Amino acid sequence: MPEASVSSETPAGAAHVGSPLLDIQDLKTYFHTDDGTVKAVDGVSFQAWPGETVGIVGESGCGKSVTALSIMRLLPMPPGKIEGGSILFDGEDLVTASPARMRQIRGGKIGMIFQEPMTSLNPVFTVGNQIEEAVRLHLHLRGKEARDHAIDMLAKVGIPSPEARVDEYPHQMSGGMRQRVMIAMALSCHPKLLIADEPTTALDVTIQAQILELIRSLQSELGMAVQMITHDLGVIAETAHRVVVMYASKVVEMADVKELFGRPRHPYTRGLFRSIPAITGGHDRLQTIEGTVPNPLEFPSGCKFHPRCTFATDHCTKHEPELLDLGEGHLSACWLTDPSGPMYDPEKVS
Amino acid sequence: MSGNGDLLVVRNLKKYFPIRKGVFSRVVAQVKAVDNVSFHIDRGETLGLVGESGCGKTTLGRAILRLIEPSAGEIAFDGVDVLSLKGAAMRRMRRRMQIIFQDPYSSLNPRMTVLDIVGEALHVHGIARGREREERVKQLLERVGLASRYVNRYPHEFSGGQRQRIGVARALALNPSFIVADEAVSALDVSIQAQVINLLVDLREEFGLSYLFIAHDLSVVRHISDRIAVMYLGEIVETAGSDDLFDRPLHPYTEALLSAVPVADPTRERARIVLTGDVPTPIDPPSGCHFHPRCPLVEKICSEVPPGVTDAQNGHTFRCHVVARQFPDEATTPVESAAP
Ligand SMILES: Nc1ncnc2c1ncn2[C@@H]1O[C@H](COP(=O)(O)OP(=O)(O)OP(=O)(O)O)[C@@H](O)[C@H]1O
Ligand SMILES: Nc1ncnc2c1ncn2[C@@H]1O[C@H](COP(=O)(O)OP(=O)(O)OP(=O)(O)O)[C@@H](O)[C@H]1O
Ligand code: SF4
Ligand SMILES: [Mg+2]
Ligand SMILES: [Mg+2]
Repeated sequence: MPEASVSSETPAGAAHVGSPLLDIQDLKTYFHTDDGTVKAVDGVSFQAWPGETVGIVGESGCGKSVTALSIMRLLPMPPGKIEGGSILFDGEDLVTASPARMRQIRGGKIGMIFQEPMTSLNPVFTVGNQIEEAVRLHLHLRGKEARDHAIDMLAKVGIPSPEARVDEYPHQMSGGMRQRVMIAMALSCHPKLLIADEPTTALDVTIQAQILELIRSLQSELGMAVQMITHDLGVIAETAHRVVVMYASKVVEMADVKELFGRPRHPYTRGLFRSIPAITGGHDRLQTIEGTVPNPLEFPSGCKFHPRCTFATDHCTKHEPELLDLGEGHLSACWLTDPSGPMYDPEKVS
Repeated sequence: MSGNGDLLVVRNLKKYFPIRKGVFSRVVAQVKAVDNVSFHIDRGETLGLVGESGCGKTTLGRAILRLIEPSAGEIAFDGVDVLSLKGAAMRRMRRRMQIIFQDPYSSLNPRMTVLDIVGEALHVHGIARGREREERVKQLLERVGLASRYVNRYPHEFSGGQRQRIGVARALALNPSFIVADEAVSALDVSIQAQVINLLVDLREEFGLSYLFIAHDLSVVRHISDRIAVMYLGEIVETAGSDDLFDRPLHPYTEALLSAVPVADPTRERARIVLTGDVPTPIDPPSGCHFHPRCPLVEKICSEVPPGVTDAQNGHTFRCHVVARQFPDEATTPVESAAP
């Protein structure tokens, strides 16, 4: 019998009580390549509290995945290196944690859904083996218990006939199914933090809705914090409590989700919102952000957004604006929103 | 925008892929990728085509251009029976029907310059050579918003959005009247995507182009399309004017699909229909209505009889036994004689 469950959801604002589960301060991750140093993440700070979903948005190449891989300490080294900053997770600094300690944390207290599903699934083991291995290691389940848990997780992510599928190899599955296996694996050990890097980009919207629903229900069940990385503003609106907007390796704006969508302040964020066609219709010409995302080897001087910004002045080309709190946790890095700067004019961007 | 008469009429189009096994390559099954699809596109009109991965959108687009040979059916383009054309006649027809591919990274030959990529068809069709060809390519580049001094560059020297513009310029080289845009903006960042969508809209106004616009992003499809066709497992299950489809989805699959789309508005509360189960395979599609195993409205008849086409007025048609009951009996054409 088919079922159709009807649900309505708005992310409930998670109150920030106690200390954050994840506290990233001034993170700098660089790649030293033959062509020069790619400053992929350059002074990024943000926090995530238990039970909270923090959305990370920004266009291709802005440093979203590198931020995530830095937390997991899974950067290709060389050429990658964490050059500065700290990543406090549940009281310990992951930047200085030993490789052995990181192996305990990965797949245990922190689960990650990777942008490339095949990189995290081992082709020579069945998907069941891979999930069972993780729960043996982190949840100390064995034998039938571990297998039942694996089957249960596969069922939860919507794999049909999980009892049979558990013995299949990754290559026997469709892309969407592999993605779901990876999600099952990331969630199998009941992590405190789930890092989801474009978890549903490769999936159909109906399957995407299923997966986001699952992440949400596990979150409220387990009080898990989620770092949701995506360029899909719709997914952000429906899942995140708070949003971090990245542009060219830095955070340019951060706010509560309703505040950010209702009153974006940074010209880049405003441009992003205007370039998406509204699902509610309207065939007006779309507004665009002219130009392209800058090459990290040739970042512009001053505010890195200035070559594409309609408000840019001479000042913007020379001086880089700081990320400042405009009140109630709404942060923006733009000269127009800096009260002590020479260009302060919040009317222009409100 | 529409109303200038049919440019393209597709009737009962089928594309089956045989699955062969064993030493004698015996055909053991058929992938019914496109199964009895009928629709039409007017001059200057954009028909959006949506549906889940694997439902047959790309196969349909390619079969219309005969980039793959349809198994059965009829295609009339500007009154000409496309499937009967051979050799030179088909090559001439192809000048009028072009395709823009999904992936701006792999659809351009990395060893060819922009001049050769965009100008190849001009050469092949003997339309322009040498200086003349270069001039024409430069004009095309300017038209899609690229500087003409880029003619001698290679694809890797361009960003994703610029590469997609090269793909658009290539499709425009032969002055087509119809373009299949297969996920033409899907791989692009939103700000770049908006630039390419605006370009496609401008070209439509300027040259009176018709598009079959295939995409999985429903807000993009709604924005650009006059009408939208929804495909499920090889069949079109609903067709309607864009706004009509969103305001009044009639097929339960369309309804589920629209409700699943994440909306960039955190203050909006919505009822969501969460479908269970996977998209079944087109190798052995479910009997009766292909959607019945996942359908929230399913009844006994759904697994037994394929639903006919119901005309819900204003060019809005759908195929569902249960919803058809809201309409008079004569609105439904049983499946054997179903026409667009
Ligand atoms: N191994 C590497 N060597 C050199 N540069 C790298 C490497 N990995 C990433 N980068 C660079 O770091 C920058 C940030 O990349 P990142 O993968 O974090 O982007 P992203 O925001 O996740 O983009 P997308 O949306 O495309 O996934 C990019 O300029 C990228 O080219
Ligand atoms: N050459 C082929 N041989 C066998 N089967 C094929 C072939 N090409 C496509 N198919 C099958 O036909 C069906 C329809 O594929 P198609 O690529 O048209 O889907 P689509 O709707 O474009 O999907 P997507 O949204 O993922 O691009 C799929 O089941 C696919 O596996
Ligand atoms: S600082 Fe200047 S260039 Fe940068 S976003 Fe603000 S106005 Fe634009
Ligand atoms: Mg990434
Ligand atoms: Mg396709």
